[in-house]
Amino acid sequence: MAEVTFLEALRQGLWEEMERDERVFILGEDVGLYGGAFKVTEGLAKRFGESRVIDTPISEAAIVGAAAGAAHMGLRPVAEMQFIDFISCAYDMLTNYVATARYRAGLSTPMVVRGPCGGYVRGGPFHSQNPEAAFLHTPGLKIVYPATVRDAKGLIKAAIRDEDPVLYLEHKWLYRRIKEQLPEGEEILTPIGKARTAREGKHLSIITYGATLWKSLEAAEQLEKADGVSVEVLDLRTLLPMDDAAIVATVKKTNKVLIVHEDTRTGGIAGEIAARINEQAFEWLDGPIMRVTAHDVPLPYAPTLEDFVLPQTEDIVKAARWLAAY
Amino acid sequence: MALPATRPTAAVPPGAALSPDQLLEIYYYLRLTRTLEERLVALYRQTKVIGGLFRSLGQEGESVASAYALERGRHKDVLSPLIRNLGSLLVMGARPVEILRQYMAKAESPTHGRELNVHFNDLEKGYLGQISHLGDMIPVMAGIALSFKLRREPRVGLVYIGDGGTSTGTFHEGLNLAAVQRLPLVVIGEYNHWAYSTPPEKQFAVKDLAEKAKGYGVPAVTVDGNDVFAVYEATRFAVERARRGKGAHFIEVKTYRRKGHAEHDDQHYQPKADLERWAKENDPIDRYTQRLLSADMVAEGDLKEIDDRVRIEVDQATDACVDEPLPPAESALPGVYVDPPAADKLWFKVL
Repeated sequence: MAEVTFLEALRQGLWEEMERDERVFILGEDVGLYGGAFKVTEGLAKRFGESRVIDTPISEAAIVGAAAGAAHMGLRPVAEMQFIDFISCAYDMLTNYVATARYRAGLSTPMVVRGPCGGYVRGGPFHSQNPEAAFLHTPGLKIVYPATVRDAKGLIKAAIRDEDPVLYLEHKWLYRRIKEQLPEGEEILTPIGKARTAREGKHLSIITYGATLWKSLEAAEQLEKADGVSVEVLDLRTLLPMDDAAIVATVKKTNKVLIVHEDTRTGGIAGEIAARINEQAFEWLDGPIMRVTAHDVPLPYAPTLEDFVLPQTEDIVKAARWLAAY
Repeated sequence: MALPATRPTAAVPPGAALSPDQLLEIYYYLRLTRTLEERLVALYRQTKVIGGLFRSLGQEGESVASAYALERGRHKDVLSPLIRNLGSLLVMGARPVEILRQYMAKAESPTHGRELNVHFNDLEKGYLGQISHLGDMIPVMAGIALSFKLRREPRVGLVYIGDGGTSTGTFHEGLNLAAVQRLPLVVIGEYNHWAYSTPPEKQFAVKDLAEKAKGYGVPAVTVDGNDVFAVYEATRFAVERARRGKGAHFIEVKTYRRKGHAEHDDQHYQPKADLERWAKENDPIDRYTQRLLSADMVAEGDLKEIDDRVRIEVDQATDACVDEPLPPAESALPGVYVDPPAADKLWFKVL
């Protein structure tokens, strides 16, 4: 066993897949000898050569488009967005070209687009975004959003092996903040499409993913101690396709649901989850499905502003307390 | 760094590199393209074509000639045609019945009724259908060329872009990436004077599209797009250069779109005199035929024989598919992913 950070686990996953499969290659801005803006790809160019860790121009659409073309021909590209905020520059390529390729034309496009997302780091409006909702309504894409060190590794490996395009969203606040013992010599693969119960509980369920998993777990701990409220926490891990079975199971168990995500509220994923619960488990609810999300504003820079806009542990505690008492 | 010299096409004796059989084969594809499109017009008027119909009238020469310069066959070169490159598609081995089925949205069409017209592919034969977002195929074909480079395969990618398409961001990003990575990619810039109803002077402020490519350090040449020999020679040169690892190349073909954007478009914005002049004096098939006959490269009877053969082939292809069914409704659900294998059927469909 060795203790590794979220970022190191992700790098291990990339490394192992490149060792295992010579079709895997990386392309992106500054990913080569420099090792990427956050050093996720550090050491890879040295080990695998610059032809498998390709530095590109600042051209997100071309990065994603070229990855798609290479994937059609049987390679397994992993495209890095330097910050996930810039994925919007490749929105057309991902939604119109990549996502539709199998359905409209029978084209195989096994590729991963990954990059650092998320706030709580004073990154301001263009280095803090969570773009998942923009892609959730795009049939043909898969979206994974690991919250743990183990899943950081397990999901990048599963994404690379998947036969379809996968967006892998990695929260930069988690990169060096969380550590975990990972077994050496054991293959870690996290199945895509399966949520995980991060904490068992009886009275109320929090459904979440990404950095807010940790804030939700903190809140659950406080509620247990202070209020005696037993909170179950479900870590979605994959956002598309969504694990309806796991969502319905936790609703049936606790009958109250709080959905927590860092992305803004309107049109956010919480709305989709609430709709599915309404359709599939309405009779099991003992209270309204409530949301704790970011406020509907672009993410501001100043700590006072960012802390107010983004969901914090105490927000989750207050919301869960209100719902538990409903 | 000085750009590598581009080959002056005027110095090449017309057809020097082509055998009589090849010359006739090119004629076959030119005639097949035009005859098949004429058949599609008839089917469109009978409302058997489901969507729009897009003609390549006047552009068949550059489509056929550029594709003909590639190595064709299983796992050879790959091209990505646009809506007005039916000729390229046929040269690469797409069959007329596939085109007809696509336009008529038949269940047996290559995309099983999911996509339109020439938006389909066979990567083994070497063609990748476009999507409607112009410019997007440049990065994608750069990626295909990148796979050739990474695997050290002596293969080349070829992609078309219209004069209007060169205004898109993806065109510029893709061409620049191909240039920086020295990818084996040949880009054919089709200056056909009309992007839907928009003329070149409202589209860009350069005179030639080649200037744009040169801006990225990509060697670029401008040729007479309605001269089959010129387009063939220029493409052959670019393709072989790319195959030798010398990087991307841009060929601008000056031509003219003689029909509207699609059949519904009455093309009132196109000057009548221009249309007449291009039809009368600069039809690519007429020019090619005259050249073959005047230089005694082929016999008139051979051409006539091909005309007859093409008519029969198009008749047979039409008969084979015109009465075929559309796809069954629920075949809309599978195949978005490998896993899960099908989209959920919604609850109200089973009430």
